[in-house]
Formats: sequence, structure tokens, C-alpha cells
Amino acid sequence: MTWKERMHGWLDHRTGIETGVRNFLYEQIPASSGWHQVFGSVALFLFLVQAFTGALLAFNYAPTPGDAYNSLRYIMTEVTGGRLMRGLHHWGASMMVVVVVLHMTQVFLYGSYKKPREATWIAGVLLLLLTLAYGLTGYLLPWDNRAYWGTVVTTQIAAQAPVVGPYLLRLLGSQGDVGVVTFARFYGLHVLLLPPATGLLIVLHVYLVRKHGVAPAPGDEVRPRKKFFPEQVFRDTVAIFIAFAVLFVMAVVVRVPLEQLADPTDTTYIPRPEWYFLFLFQTLKLFTGPLEMVGTVVLPTLAILALVLVPFVDRGQMRKVTERAFAGAVLCLAAIGWAGLTVAAVVTTPKPAVAEQIDFSQPTDWLQLSPIELAGIGYFRQENCVSCHTVGDGKPKIGPDLASTTIHKTAAWMIQHFKRPAAMVPGSAMPPIQLSDAQLNTLAAFLLKLNARNAVALQSAPEFAAEGALLYQKSQCGSCHMVNGVGVKLGPPLNGLRRRRTEQWVEQHFQNPQALSPGSIMPPYKFTPSEMKNIVAYLFVLPD
Amino acid sequence: MEQVAEAAPQTTRRRFYLTFIYGLWGVISAALAAPALIYLFLPPRVRRESDWVEAGDITRLQPKTPVEVVFRKNRVDGWKVSSEKQTAWVVKLSDQQVVAFGPQCTHLGCAYHWEERSSDFLCPCHSSVFSVDGKVVSGPAPRPLDRYDTKIENGKLLLGALREPGSQKS
Repeated sequence: MTWKERMHGWLDHRTGIETGVRNFLYEQIPASSGWHQVFGSVALFLFLVQAFTGALLAFNYAPTPGDAYNSLRYIMTEVTGGRLMRGLHHWGASMMVVVVVLHMTQVFLYGSYKKPREATWIAGVLLLLLTLAYGLTGYLLPWDNRAYWGTVVTTQIAAQAPVVGPYLLRLLGSQGDVGVVTFARFYGLHVLLLPPATGLLIVLHVYLVRKHGVAPAPGDEVRPRKKFFPEQVFRDTVAIFIAFAVLFVMAVVVRVPLEQLADPTDTTYIPRPEWYFLFLFQTLKLFTGPLEMVGTVVLPTLAILALVLVPFVDRGQMRKVTERAFAGAVLCLAAIGWAGLTVAAVVTTPKPAVAEQIDFSQPTDWLQLSPIELAGIGYFRQENCVSCHTVGDGKPKIGPDLASTTIHKTAAWMIQHFKRPAAMVPGSAMPPIQLSDAQLNTLAAFLLKLNARNAVALQSAPEFAAEGALLYQKSQCGSCHMVNGVGVKLGPPLNGLRRRRTEQWVEQHFQNPQALSPGSIMPPYKFTPSEMKNIVAYLFVLPD
Repeated sequence: MEQVAEAAPQTTRRRFYLTFIYGLWGVISAALAAPALIYLFLPPRVRRESDWVEAGDITRLQPKTPVEVVFRKNRVDGWKVSSEKQTAWVVKLSDQQVVAFGPQCTHLGCAYHWEERSSDFLCPCHSSVFSVDGKVVSGPAPRPLDRYDTKIENGKLLLGALREPGSQKS
């Protein structure tokens, strides 16, 4: 015996760990086992990824409304690797739903739930429900508008359940409104109750799979059995790797939504659930009035019941998957129904308001700028200043870093410099900027505001806002109106306009102010369609 | 030799499986561990501490007469930004030079004050005495008073970070 063998022997003698692993890996599986049975392992892997990334997120997350939102923004904009971590957790949730459903589909198609595997199937159905419960409770935790209003709808639906509705509502802490209590309940469920429940059910599920063995296909009884390791483990590993690679790429590439801080007074917000709940959401719309309960409570309950009862209804002999035409047909119908409802929900989604399209996972300091400063960003981009200047971070370019040099200059100096660069800075290779004095003044206003701290944040201003502010400035709206505390109070201040008016109203008002507000002294404005779109969008994202 | 030749396809296939299993799990573990370590150990991107806080009009200062100035400064703590009250003793040493001292004695951190009669800073705790330019005159204080970074813009005094003398930026 080498020392290595002796060490293994010692450890195994005391813990039994080696025998355990060996028994686990060298389990006998049917000859027909193959690629179609990888989904269970992938689901388990994804659950572990969710637990891991969830714990890491919790290290930087404050679980109270308000702070929750701020800390999540902190994770996404300041913590190194935070954006990736939330991406993994967010898309991992979606992916887990997909993989769990694929797993169930495979088991259903092959009829693997048949006697004596009914309990395994029921544990699986419960795990599916738990997966959805994570999705539902986790949805509230960012505490942005999307989270808040989505949860308002969820709790309202729960309230409709006959008899238990009010109790359910009390349990969720939302008899009055969705607020601090609901938040604490959802957070508690999401991180304290659901994970151990899932863990226990997974253990039970896997134990039952082992107890009954992997379900054989007809014909397996006469073929020699295989070992789980290494061939099937190899297949599982490849499938897990593919799933993980897709998840990683999504986490890096696809934007994870974060909207503005939850605003319970924002009555214009149209809540949408996560994509995998859209079919339910659409089902609700089919039933109105007294029948509403059919969509909210009766149908979902029947669906879950049907899932649980599957192995008790289909009790025939094990047949080949190719001969299970009825199961295939049921599955196809379910898939078509699901897809149809989901597509219908997506198609009928109204265009989200502009404010919802702003990415709040990026710095949004530009929202606080006055119109003249924001318009300056428009000119800054038009003149393509960044082709010669760095702003804050990045490789040094031919011109000076504007974030650190502009602080010491005045607007007058800058305007002179823009007109005749070499006169102010001898030897400067900068070409003169061909803009009017008013426009140069605007550009200077932005540059004066710029410093090393806010450079990146200000540059993330979206195109429509910079263009809208530019038009606002050109049309001299500021001589009668106020935005972000800058301007004149002759007309109504424009912050909070989106609360008072619709976009359509504002568009018509631009064209003919007196028609909508008699006695107004505002002149009509003829904007091109794209100008109109930009300025209305800009006015509608202004903070309240 | 014959035996080895027979076993070969079986063992190469097994080796192929094992290589992939270990390799792929290695990649997955690394792709999870590396971001986790970065997330936990690399410092957050700080909103850079270049905040200059306005602390009053310097034209009102009399030469060599320290004034206690109270100002508010934002303190960034993770996702929390809180506004804190801070004080500084501001002295105009010459027309060109304005100095702002941190309000704590360098001995044990007591708040010192300006003594009009003797024209120096006196700490009431252990009688450390500092001259108007912050140097230790007597007492147990181990080093001169700490200073804020200062700059003057349009006659307004701006204060930056508080530093020990010596680590001063010019």
C-alpha cells in the first residue's frame, strides 16, 4: 500500500466518504440512459449557482425598502464585479425556470413518473412551485417601480382566493398596501424559508430517484446495465457547462433591468410580470367581472392539481417514448397554449413610458442638470470633442483631459477659446468651433459643470435627453419655464409634468397652446416629428 | 502485450471522459470563483474624493485672526451618503495664503480654541499650545495641527481632504 492508499483507507474507515461517493458514482443505470436525462443535474447546478450568487449579493444588500434600491444600485454601479453578480442571479432565475420545465417535459414525455415513481414526480412538482416562488418573491427585492407594481398585482391576485384570500393577504403583510411589512415577508421567504425547503425537497427527490433507480425504457430489462460514472457524468457535465456558458454570456451582455425607485403614487405605471408569468397574466384578461376568479385562482389551482395527478391518471404499462402519442399531443397543446398566451401578452404590451426606458443601473446624475448644461452635452457630442479630449478616464489623447482642466476656467475664457483656440492657449492645435455665441455659452456651461467625479455619469445622458434639452434651449423655453430649479416661473415649472399631463396632450399643446389652455401666452411651436419626440421624452423624464 | 491492446479502446474512452469532466468543472469553478473573489476583495469604484466644499468668503478674514468655520460635508459609506457637520479653524496668514486647520488637537483629539490674549491655539485637555501657523509651541502634542487641502475660487474658500502636515499637497 502506498501512503496515498493508506490515507484514503484511514479517511474512509472513519467517515465512509469514499464508499459513499463510490456508491453514488457507480450506480447502475439502464442501458437506454443518455443525453435526454441531463436536465435534472443542470437544474441542481443552477440552484447552487443561485444560492452562491444570492449569498454574495446579500453581502452588499440592505433588505429594507429604499435602502434596498440604493444598495442594489451600489452593487451595479460601484462594486467591482457587482453587475456580473447580479446578472448571474437575475438570468440564472429565468434559466432555472426553463431548465426545470425542460426536465419535467422530458419526464412527462417518457412517462418516467409511472409506478412506483409517483412520489418522485410530486416532489418534482413541488420543486417547480418553489422555483416560481423564488421568482415571485425575488421580483420585489430591487424595490424599483417594476418590482413594486408587479408585487401589488401579485398580492391583489392572492387576495381573491376564496376563503383563504384575506388570510393570505395578512400573511404577506399587505392588507393595506405593499410596504415595509410585505417587503420583509418576501425577503424572509426568499432567503430564509425557501432555500432550506428547496434543499430538503432536492434531497428527497434525489433519494427517491436513487431508491427506484433511473426509469428504464421498454427493452432495458434484457440489456446490460451501465454505470453512472463516467459516461453519464460526462454528459451531465457537458450539459451543465453549456448552460453555464449561456448564463455567463447573458449576465455579461444582456442588460439587467433596474428602473427608478419604487413610487407608490405613480398611478401611470403599467406593471408587467416576469416573462415566465406572462401567460398567467394574459389568462387573467380572458376573465372579467365575476368570472375574474376563474383566471386568478381556479385555473392555476386546476393546473397544479392536474400536474400532481398525472401519474395517477396515466397508469398503463411503460411504453417507448415514440409510442406515447397522447402524451406528446398533450404536451404540444400545452406548449401552444403557453406560447399563444405569452405572445398575446407581449404583443399587447403598451409602449413603456420614457421614464421606464432609462437604465437606472447606470449613474443618472445627468437628470439633475439644468437644461443649458444638458444641451451642452448635445453640442459636445455634435462637435465630437472626444475625438481629441479625454473626459475623466481613458487613454490620454492629443488635447487635455476636460474633466480636470475646466475647473479653473471661466465661461468667458472658454468662449474666447472656442472661437480662437490659439489666442487663449498659444500653440493649441484645436480648430475653432463654428457655433453662435449662445451655443458656445451652452457648451461652456456643460464643461464648467464637468469634474473628474461626475464625468462618466454625465456622459451616460441618453441621446433623446441631450437633443431634447438642446431644442429646449434653442426654443428659449427657459425664459418662461423652470427645469431643475433653473429658469423663470412665468409659466408652470416643468418638473413633474408627466404626473399632470399625457405625452399626447403635451404634443398637441406645443402645436396649439391656446386650444388646450385658453388664455395661455405660450406661442405655438412647429417641431419636426423627431424633435417633438425628443423634447416630449426629455420633459417626461425630468425628476419630480 | 495482447491484453493491453484489447483494453486500449476502453481506457482511452474512459480517459477522454475523465479529462472532459475535470476540465469542464475546472473552467466552471474558475468562472465562478474569480468573479466572486473580485467582488469580495477588490475595492468598490469610489466616487472619487475630489469633493471641494465651500467654507465661506475669505475677504472677510482678518490677517492672523483664526475663525472657526462650520461646514457640511458628504460622507460616503457604501451605498449611504450622509451629510456631516465639520469644523475648521481658518487663518489668513498672508494675502496669498489661507490655511484651514482640523479642529482637533494632535495629542489626544480634544477640541482646542483660539486664545485672543496670547494669540495662540490652546488645548484645554493637556495644555498643548500651537502657534497661529499650527506649529507646536509647548505641551505634549507630538506634531503640528492637521490641515485641510485648500483652494480659493472667486474669493471663496474651498476645503478638501484633511491631512497631516508633511503629507500635504502643495
